[in-house]
Amino acid sequence: MATNSGRCSSEPSGFGSAGTPDPIKALYPMVNEEETPLPRCWSSKDKFSFIGLSQNNLRVHYKGHGKTHKDAASVRATHPIPAACGLYYYEVKIVSKGRDGYMGIGLSAQGVNMNRLPGWDKNSYGYHGDDGHSFCSSGTGQPYGPTFTTGDVIGCGINLIENTCFYTKNGHFLGVAFTDLPPMQLYPTVGLQTPGEVVDANFGQAPFVFDIGEMMREQRSHIRTTIKRFPVPDTHGEWQTMLHKMVSTYLVHHGYCATAEAFARSTSQDFDEELTSIKNRQKIQKLVLAGRMGEGIETVQRLYPGLLENDQNLLFMLKVRQFIEMVNGTDSEVRAVSRSPRQSHESSPSPSCWSNGPSNSNSSSVIQLHTSVIQSTKSSNGQSSSTSTTNNTLDDMNMRNAQEVTSNSSSNGTAVITTPASGVDSDAEMECIESNGHSQDNGHSNGFFNGYSKHLDPEPQETDAMDVEGNGKGRKMCGGNPAAMERMLGFGRELQRMSQVLRRELGKNEQNKKMLQDAFSLLAYNDPWNSPVGWQLDPIQREPVCQALNSAILESHQLPRRPPLEICVAHAKQLISLMSRKGLGSCAFASVESILNQ
Amino acid sequence: MDVEHSRGYIDQLYSNDPQRCFQAVSELKFAVIGSVREKGSIIEQGIVTRLLQLLTQQDSDLNLKTEVATVLNSLAKGLPEHATALVQAGLLPILWQQLEAGASCGWNAYTQMVLCCLRSVYRQGCAPVPNWDHKLLTTLIQYGYHPTSNQECVANILAHACKTSEQQQLLLEAGGAELVACMLCSPVSRVQLPALHCLAAMCHNNERVSVTIATRSYGGKAVPDLLVGLMSRDKARDMQLAAAVCLTFLHRAGALSADDPKIVFKTLQCLVRMCRRDREVWERVEAGNTLAYLTEISTELQHTAAMTDHLIQTLTDYLKCQAGPALPPVDFCASPITSRQYDGSTLWSELMKEAALKVYASLGANDEVIRQRVIETEGLMETIVNSLASASPPVQLAAVRCLHSLSRSVHTLRTTFQDHLVWKPLMAVLKSSVSEELVSMASSTLCNLLLEFSPSKEPILEQGAVEFLCGLTRKPHPGLRLNAVWALMNMAFQAEHRIKVSILHHLGTDQIFRLLSDSDVNILMKTLGLLRNLLSTKAHIDQIMQCHGKEIMQAIILILEGEHSAEVKEQALCILANIADGDMAKSAIMSNEDILKKLMNYMVIPNVKLQIAATFCISNLIWSAEEGASERQTKLRDMGVYKLLQNLMTTSDTTLFDRLKDNTLLHARLPDIHPSESSLPQEDRIHLARLWCGHYPVLNYQRNVPCGATRRRMPSLNPRPFSPLTIQVGILGGSILFPHHRGCGCAVSCNTASDPGQWTRCRDDPSSRRC
Repeated sequence: MATNSGRCSSEPSGFGSAGTPDPIKALYPMVNEEETPLPRCWSSKDKFSFIGLSQNNLRVHYKGHGKTHKDAASVRATHPIPAACGLYYYEVKIVSKGRDGYMGIGLSAQGVNMNRLPGWDKNSYGYHGDDGHSFCSSGTGQPYGPTFTTGDVIGCGINLIENTCFYTKNGHFLGVAFTDLPPMQLYPTVGLQTPGEVVDANFGQAPFVFDIGEMMREQRSHIRTTIKRFPVPDTHGEWQTMLHKMVSTYLVHHGYCATAEAFARSTSQDFDEELTSIKNRQKIQKLVLAGRMGEGIETVQRLYPGLLENDQNLLFMLKVRQFIEMVNGTDSEVRAVSRSPRQSHESSPSPSCWSNGPSNSNSSSVIQLHTSVIQSTKSSNGQSSSTSTTNNTLDDMNMRNAQEVTSNSSSNGTAVITTPASGVDSDAEMECIESNGHSQDNGHSNGFFNGYSKHLDPEPQETDAMDVEGNGKGRKMCGGNPAAMERMLGFGRELQRMSQVLRRELGKNEQNKKMLQDAFSLLAYNDPWNSPVGWQLDPIQREPVCQALNSAILESHQLPRRPPLEICVAHAKQLISLMSRKGLGSCAFASVESILNQ
Repeated sequence: MDVEHSRGYIDQLYSNDPQRCFQAVSELKFAVIGSVREKGSIIEQGIVTRLLQLLTQQDSDLNLKTEVATVLNSLAKGLPEHATALVQAGLLPILWQQLEAGASCGWNAYTQMVLCCLRSVYRQGCAPVPNWDHKLLTTLIQYGYHPTSNQECVANILAHACKTSEQQQLLLEAGGAELVACMLCSPVSRVQLPALHCLAAMCHNNERVSVTIATRSYGGKAVPDLLVGLMSRDKARDMQLAAAVCLTFLHRAGALSADDPKIVFKTLQCLVRMCRRDREVWERVEAGNTLAYLTEISTELQHTAAMTDHLIQTLTDYLKCQAGPALPPVDFCASPITSRQYDGSTLWSELMKEAALKVYASLGANDEVIRQRVIETEGLMETIVNSLASASPPVQLAAVRCLHSLSRSVHTLRTTFQDHLVWKPLMAVLKSSVSEELVSMASSTLCNLLLEFSPSKEPILEQGAVEFLCGLTRKPHPGLRLNAVWALMNMAFQAEHRIKVSILHHLGTDQIFRLLSDSDVNILMKTLGLLRNLLSTKAHIDQIMQCHGKEIMQAIILILEGEHSAEVKEQALCILANIADGDMAKSAIMSNEDILKKLMNYMVIPNVKLQIAATFCISNLIWSAEEGASERQTKLRDMGVYKLLQNLMTTSDTTLFDRLKDNTLLHARLPDIHPSESSLPQEDRIHLARLWCGHYPVLNYQRNVPCGATRRRMPSLNPRPFSPLTIQVGILGGSILFPHHRGCGCAVSCNTASDPGQWTRCRDDPSSRRC
């Protein structure tokens, strides 16, 4: 009895955290064990005193007198069977039939008397070895199957979709024993009644004698067929049209321009959103995903005037991201200082604009902002940098010089990069920066190649540049440039100010506060990339920002924030988890992912 | 389409200008596609001859031939009559020939169409068995590897055309197994399904082919494993069923054993699942028939099936099935081996009944507990009796099968069968039916109903059973003769004198001689058993010997001098021993020096059983308490018998010694003779001999008869208590032993032979019997 002093509830976590494959979990992939843990052993508490447990609470033996049926004793598993199992199954091996072999195997609800065999009471169901009868909440059994005894393996299965229970003997299916099981949660239960009776349970930790996997596959294919054949009232082809619409809005939303066009053509839909709109958004997305937040914000303001001004929280989010990118050394602001004189020309207007933004929060500031946007647009459009250097300060020049002195090797690299950047082709330029980011962040940027990789025309030149950078420069804050650092700090102060303004105007916002704190925390570390807050520097963190921005733009054009397709999928997932909570077993075989990936 | 126009292209069809002709065939193609009426009309007009001529013309253009083949394919897809007409017009040989020719020329489109056409004809089920040779089959199999449309056609052709065991063998030799294995792995179910049917056709009732196929593999997986994969529960149901049929055939042909998990778990469960209420009627019928076949022999499978998924309960549903609504038939493809017409929903109730009765027959074949559960099935007995009286022959046959299976229970014979007076419709079937299979099965059942403890025995006798059975012994079908003699043997067991006389009268000594020279050793054995039972109890022996002594002695000499196995001769010696028990009859032996010499000879030959039998006969002759014993003793002593006995006393064989001691020296005299299984272990026989104290079983052997392990109650007319072992022997042998204190050897056995019909493959497996 010493063995069962160990609390068995510790078992599941032990399984999971060890990282070893968990066969029980694998049987029921749709069960969320945080909400509804799976039964993994017998409960050392929820049992009658005549029951003894051993072998990790998997072996049950009888230790009472076993004189009359009043000496019967049962034990329940630690947890009830989660509905999300869909089809639940456990097996019991009769190690010894003891004196009379009065053993019952089945299910019972919590609170059912444990001084009884399963099946005798309400909400209790059992199959008994001595007579082979099934007991459905009643003291009198019905003829059901063969008797069972020492050496037999009895399986008990519960179909949570049809609310039926079946048994198996030595791997042979005996047929349904109980129908219309109550909707309450049921526990695997065994009961023993005479001395010497010993049974071992297998909750799935070892392979079953009966092929339950095949039965699950059948259920799964059945549920899928039901889903696929679900009748849709589609009298006028509306359903079809709606589906087409969903697909095309999804493509448009994410800016898959060519695909969207092709899809619209092949389904003969109107392709009403202008291509330019997609292209604009794509451009912004690219900038944001490349970490060039300054330019991104600027482009947004140019193409969608008023958008950010009306959504200060979004603006704040973008700026915090810009700050993070500055720390990362990828933002054009910092890059410009550290690398390319021309780039600094182009992007220099934005910081000044930001310094204006928060301070003038009255209505006139909007106009003010507009003008600055126009200015910056001009500057970025201008082919020759000399005409647009009006905003350029002497300080910038100095800083640039200083940078060139301090790191020769890196300026070599930049020289190569800037060659394409001086042209109009921003795509090529983007690629440069991306490859840079890539080398810095150890390849975390997989996700964002996705959207526009088709635009990329890798040139040997660029790979060279990447190599140079990879060799010549370690990861340093703001690219290791003191001037850039300075600028970053200045920007940070502005950000702080903006946050205060926001708080005053829009009230407290925990999210914003947290965001800013996290971002500023980066400065506390010598090597922010390897700090506890270093995750912010991961390029993948650009994606939510990018999404939010994209959604805001679309919303401002009376288009959905999220594509209906994604909403639909999210809905479905939510419904599945709701089904699981409400005890609807079909959810076990309706995983959205598996259906989509089929 | 107006008549003028339609005539127009038909005229062109006979044109010598290939261009015009092609045009005409093209128009014909469009005319017949999808129109059954048009197809009929074209065939009636005799255009097929011209089409075939176009195919065989040396100079025909390939495009034209392809077009012609397309038309023929379309015609073949019409009604079965249309396909028959095509076959009668000589389509098949031409197509086969074209196929062979095409193989060398690489005419892809054309040969594809030819294959399609062949497929369509064979699928109609009206084509005769083709004359395959190795070369033709090899060609066909080569076509079967790709593309998919060819695979489908070849699989279908093979599935429908492979019917005889020679064809199965030929197909195997030509590489059919490899092709089928490959097709099973096809991703296209249109190929997989006919491939399964083809596999079933190849394996059916053919051990050699099945064993070979079971070892073939594709992609690293053996064919049986591929089949299990196709049978898994998430596959289409028709696929599951077809795979289960294949595995069943492999099992019954001996390629997979009954305890193979693929059979006892997968196949069995799949078939039981297919019997469920929520399945289509055709699925349930096919699954039921297959299940009956699967479980026909193996007690283990019967046990498992009986406890799987409430099968016995589920089948009651089959009995209640009414003619379904007249729905258009579901599109399905049943195996050509077992396929039937499911179109007419009026037949459904018959088909369902037949399937259920077959399953019940198989389930109840060997186990009394299962049998009792079957008998308790609601409405079963009524269904059996009604089906016997008035149903189509297949249902009648199934009902008789079921009855036969159930008749192996003493309890049932004495209760349920009596309640339902099953003998009445059974006799009616026997007297009216012309189907040999049906009569054979019914007479087997009759054997059991004639067991002496069966209450039906008397009324059956009153119905003129003796005359009828004696008539059956003259049938050419050996199974019928065997059953008839068997039934007579059972009837004669402890029978009244008048019955014995009646048997002898109706059978006639001529017929007895004929039966004794029967080529079937089982018939011979049962005839000897009949004689033994006739020659039992002193009074009967004397009376019978008085009338027929000469013939009987002749018959015995015939057997003893003939080229027979020891078991047969042992039986003959046992008859002699019985004769030696009669008062007057003794003289028949004593006066025949030839017989006495033969007996002495058998006492010295090195076969213990024969020695024992001969010794018994001698001991009956010298039984001192009887009149004239001293003379007989003297005579025998003079002949040197005493010396022989003394020699035998020194035998090292303990059995023989015991017998001698018991019988000869202690004067416990007569053996009780009984046909039982010689597979009984020696130890048991010794043991039994001791128990019975002077009664020894003469063990004979009924080959090829799966005997029911019947758990029986003691017959009440038995004068002596049985030891438990006696019952065990009865069960072991499927027969009952009735030791009697003296006089006569009697033989009774329960006929458990199944008929040698389609489903039957009798095997000797008495070893697995248990009490």
